[in-house]
Amino acid sequence: METLHPNARRDPFGSRINRAQSPILAHGLPWVSILLGSLTPWLPIIASAPILPPFGLMMLLAWRLVRPGLLPMWAGLPFGLFDDLHSGQPFGSGILMFSLVLIAIELIEIRFPWRNFWLDWLTAATVLTVYLAVAALLSGSPLMQLSVILPQLLLSIVLFPVISRLVAQFDRLRLMRVRRIN
Amino acid sequence: MVATGPTRRPGSNKKAQLGVFTGYVLAGLGALFGATLLTISILRPETFSGLRMMAADVASPAGEAGAAGRIGTQNFLEAIAGYYRAGSRNAELEREVEVARVRLAEAEALKGEIARLKALLGVADDDTKPVAVARLIGSTSSSVRRIGYISAGRNEGLRPGMPVTSPTGLVGRILSTGARSSRVLLLTDSESMVPVRRASDNTVAFAEGRTDGSLRLRLVTLGINPIKPGDVFVTSGAGGLFRPNIAVAVAREITRDGAIAQLLSNPAATDYVMVEPIWQRPAVEALRSGPDPKDPED
Repeated sequence: METLHPNARRDPFGSRINRAQSPILAHGLPWVSILLGSLTPWLPIIASAPILPPFGLMMLLAWRLVRPGLLPMWAGLPFGLFDDLHSGQPFGSGILMFSLVLIAIELIEIRFPWRNFWLDWLTAATVLTVYLAVAALLSGSPLMQLSVILPQLLLSIVLFPVISRLVAQFDRLRLMRVRRIN
Repeated sequence: MVATGPTRRPGSNKKAQLGVFTGYVLAGLGALFGATLLTISILRPETFSGLRMMAADVASPAGEAGAAGRIGTQNFLEAIAGYYRAGSRNAELEREVEVARVRLAEAEALKGEIARLKALLGVADDDTKPVAVARLIGSTSSSVRRIGYISAGRNEGLRPGMPVTSPTGLVGRILSTGARSSRVLLLTDSESMVPVRRASDNTVAFAEGRTDGSLRLRLVTLGINPIKPGDVFVTSGAGGLFRPNIAVAVAREITRDGAIAQLLSNPAATDYVMVEPIWQRPAVEALRSGPDPKDPED
């Protein structure tokens, strides 16, 4: 019998024989990556004005849009709680906003069941705009100073496709067959 | 175009419909829970600070390592740049000149202060020793609130309200303390307000944060606005908390009731900060134990 090519039983997610996906990796990676996004305040960047995008929310948005159905709808509660612990916003604003964002995306999805890059980007940009504006208002900043969030908002919108691509890479990693079956 | 897939739409499957409905209910309950917590924390802002400080204590070692990396990289890059470009050295000198200019303004302010203190009796001008020297390890760089984290806490003797200073001026004050880390309300936060005066004379004003890296100076006495661009403002010591004559800001543009001022101690360029004791206490004690307390209300 002639020998098979070594890659004949492989696909992009690894060998198809004797290997299986790890449930810990498959379900843990989205959660860990979103929680890490919420730890932005611990980056060694000391800013005297808000400049960095809300990475926690952006990771959540990206996972929700790249992989619908992966995160349960109540995920806004734990992610928002963790974001509140570090963000500096009044406690509870993250829980409220993250939950509302997940409900809003669900409703948008019912209204526009067809997805493409531009629609995802538009959805994310709208959500980010509303989120940053409401978060600024909730934090007690006067109405006149809403322009303070403009640089941050632009950066967030421009960065969103990049985060999406990153999440798509994570999604591949998530489904790698790493577990050995005996 | 890709549809989200048939499994996303429940169709006539009763169980799937119930699942979708439960999802909405749970998410709605989460939002409601968040709204309740938000109301509590807006009415009583310090309710959840214990929880936050616990989280900060857990995360701060990572932040500290990052801060060390930030400083290390800066030094490394500066060393390389030093060989190729005289520009970086020039920048360094310029920074030194800037510090010197601030020092000069502070010294001028001190001269006036000494003259005034000589007129008073009993109150000794104590040289304050810092409670702790700590590293600035992070800030809420994606929120409108301007809160920083430093790498010292209750174990080092820090208490809420203590002023935080850097070699170039005032940074902020301690908001809440954990065991190993503390939250600092930076000067540019919209809720930060510091009584200041012009270094050259006694034009008093309040410095409010504007969240975009600058301060708004509001004159206490209304009338002709005497401020000119380039005036240096230092803390006045009024109301306690901050000791007098710490550099705060330089006026940049004049407004109707004061000025927009540039912060002197840019937190982004600060590695180490000093935490000073709350200033009012020694003065009050000195007055109480003074030989002739003529005016106890003062």
